[in-house]
Amino acid sequence: MYQIEAIDRNPIFHDSPYNQGVYRFHPIGKGCGASMKTARRFVPPTPPHGRFQLPDAPRRPGERPDFSALKLQPAGAANKPAIDVDPMDIHDLAFGLIRVLDDEGQAVGPWAAKLSVDTLRQGLRLMTLLRIYDERMNALQRQGKLSFYMKAAGEEAVAIAQTMALRASDMIFPSYRQQGALIARGRELVDMMCHCLSNARDNLKGRQLPIHYSWKEGNFFGVSGNVATQFCQAVGWAMAAAYKDTDDVAISWLGDGSSATLDFHHAMTFAANYNAPVILNVVNNQWAISSHQNIAGGARTTFAARAIGYGIPGLRVDGNDFLALYAATEWAAARARAGHGPTLIEAFTYRAGDHSTSDDASRYRPKDEAAAWPLGDPLKRLKDHLIGRGAWSEEDHLRLESELKESVAKAYKEAISYGTLHEGPWSPVKTMFEDVYEDMPRHLRRQRQAHGV
Amino acid sequence: MAQMSLVQAINSALDTELDHDPNVLVFGEDVGYFGGVFRATDGLQKKYGSARVFDTPIAEGGIIAAAIGMGVNGLRPVAEIQFADYIYPAYDQIVSELSRLRYRSAGEFTAPVTIRTPCGGGIRGGQTHSQSPEAIFVHVPGLKVVMPSNPYDAKGLLISAIEDNDPVIFFEPKRLYGGPFFGDHQATSQSWRGHPKGEVPDGRYTVPIGKAEIVRPGNALTILAYGTMVHVALAAVERLGVDAEVIDLKTLLPYDMDTIASSVTRTGRCVVVHEAPRTGGFGAELIAEIQEECFWSLEAPIVRVTGYDTPYPHAHEWEYFPGQGRIIEAINRVLGN
Ligand SMILES: Cc1ncc(C[n+]2csc(CCOP(=O)(O)OP(=O)(O)O)c2C)c(N)n1
Ligand SMILES: [Mg+2]
Repeated sequence: MYQIEAIDRNPIFHDSPYNQGVYRFHPIGKGCGASMKTARRFVPPTPPHGRFQLPDAPRRPGERPDFSALKLQPAGAANKPAIDVDPMDIHDLAFGLIRVLDDEGQAVGPWAAKLSVDTLRQGLRLMTLLRIYDERMNALQRQGKLSFYMKAAGEEAVAIAQTMALRASDMIFPSYRQQGALIARGRELVDMMCHCLSNARDNLKGRQLPIHYSWKEGNFFGVSGNVATQFCQAVGWAMAAAYKDTDDVAISWLGDGSSATLDFHHAMTFAANYNAPVILNVVNNQWAISSHQNIAGGARTTFAARAIGYGIPGLRVDGNDFLALYAATEWAAARARAGHGPTLIEAFTYRAGDHSTSDDASRYRPKDEAAAWPLGDPLKRLKDHLIGRGAWSEEDHLRLESELKESVAKAYKEAISYGTLHEGPWSPVKTMFEDVYEDMPRHLRRQRQAHGV
Repeated sequence: MAQMSLVQAINSALDTELDHDPNVLVFGEDVGYFGGVFRATDGLQKKYGSARVFDTPIAEGGIIAAAIGMGVNGLRPVAEIQFADYIYPAYDQIVSELSRLRYRSAGEFTAPVTIRTPCGGGIRGGQTHSQSPEAIFVHVPGLKVVMPSNPYDAKGLLISAIEDNDPVIFFEPKRLYGGPFFGDHQATSQSWRGHPKGEVPDGRYTVPIGKAEIVRPGNALTILAYGTMVHVALAAVERLGVDAEVIDLKTLLPYDMDTIASSVTRTGRCVVVHEAPRTGGFGAELIAEIQEECFWSLEAPIVRVTGYDTPYPHAHEWEYFPGQGRIIEAINRVLGN
């Protein structure tokens, strides 16, 4: 039971037509946990269209980006419960924000994991590599060398910190924006590029659009073009891990927009039902192509809060804070391995780039919105933290950047030696007919023969 | 009359219907503020307000289920599924609900839903932006299935679809959005400017559902095609210099068997072309029906030219695509050359 008391305006988007208030929930019944829980309450707007109500983005092109209404829980303020906590006792974590790095770049609070400087430097290195790789590949698409590309700009910490917090034997079920997980697992850049070029060395034989990577050896499940389909598959993998009595964990991500799919509900229901050792993540980067997260339900409450209805822990985490993401994922993984089941994490971040190379975000959101994002840039924040600890310097960083730029350029040179998108060589044409089945049936063999290959 | 691209013609049809009937609502992913990822709904939210043209969550099943509910409550919803490749989450709502609602309620409840969705390949879209899943909808009793091949038909057919009281799946061949496509990806792309079917009336007109059109009369054989493949087939015929009759089916369900049968009875030979995979494709249905109705007039086996029975590949897109070469081969086979 909760009693509701109005305390403030919407901390996220005060001008959203839906969201005029922040309300504090006083737990007044048994088993409601001790802490105050905050949530936003739905307040119907003055109907602009009779009774028919529609959400919208808070800011559109031509308007000034404004996140001043975003009231962020201060770094270090979120509680860190034991891994076997009753999910009913940590509802506050679904509405607050787990942050470790404060504005000065210090690691503070109970979620500040004792990570070695080497691990943090490695995190910085991988995020920097991911950004440089993405920028290079995006530029190549602009030059017509790739058919398509998608960057992870602004949300590099998500896949990298979360993958680093796991074991190599844990299974990754990515969306199309977790190429960082490949980088964190040590996939060779040349191999990633060969896939994007669809050339003769593409491990996917030219069948897939760029960035739809697959890497079995690295426990990285193949990316689907259909959003969210991987979410409940990760749960199934985790159910099998539990059935086989291993302590492996599965992790999956989908976007704020994709959380509207049935797949999200399926995953949450199955994960809860079978207490699956899985970490399910909603990467709330504010946008789903042109649709603001308000249009996926973000105007009423947090995405982490959805966990509550399924009875699993929901953690809302600063997605631009490497340390917070690492700690939250480590917590969820330990919980899953110990047999306490699934966790939902909302990584609260911002998609700094266009949706893809087919998109132009300036048509639907203020141009400089990314720069105004109050949670900063994930690379810079980790860099500043390391510099503050005396473990890194601007010169080190410049050196790292030029080293990584060079290795990306070198990898590309090697990749195109195996073929380019337009000139080939590609995988032989006859491979187009393979892998539809384990054994090629007669009708396909005939089609292949008719094609003359 | 105005010059319009196919996507502008779609926009114009939606504009016309929004203007003409306050019960028409247009919605889908990125359809509202942004105007659609292919710009099909560009400017419509501004013109008609966000209560009539709006964005939906990414939940295709939700989009169609909501459309059904709206339709039952007297509206005339036009839902966009961003790519035909993403229609499957809605398949249950379409097949189990939308298509059978009239039947199962003995006409008590109906939902005049139109589902617009871009289909087809040739845009380097890989397996999830290239599919032509029309056959799996043609197999569903209660649906109407339409696929235009040019701006004039697109507008007229879409208006008919929206005004139709039965549910219509309206496939838009995205390779034709900007101009006709003749199957040669290396040729410079053309616009609809100057094409006779790029002349589109500004106001309301209809092209009837269920009617095919002979787009090139001829006597040597009949070629049945729809969508992008109409243009590829026409180009193949010109290249070969053969006296073929080319029929643009336009509506796949209910298909215009009268036009088909009278042509094949006259020519005695037939080639069916579609971009979708071969096995269980719409071509199979046409051929079965033709052999039942025209068997005694046939001079040669009917031949299909189709995509292969594989998912749509990325690098080998133009090996997969049934281009002019494969059509010419089929024509020669049917003519016994
Ligand atoms: C089932 C399905 N519907 C629609 C699409 C088209 N689509 C691709 S990405 C996307 C937006 C997803 O946004 P979000 O989930 O927030 O992820 P983000 O791109 O922000 O990482 C859409 C609508 C798709 N790929 N699959
Ligand atoms: Mg998003």
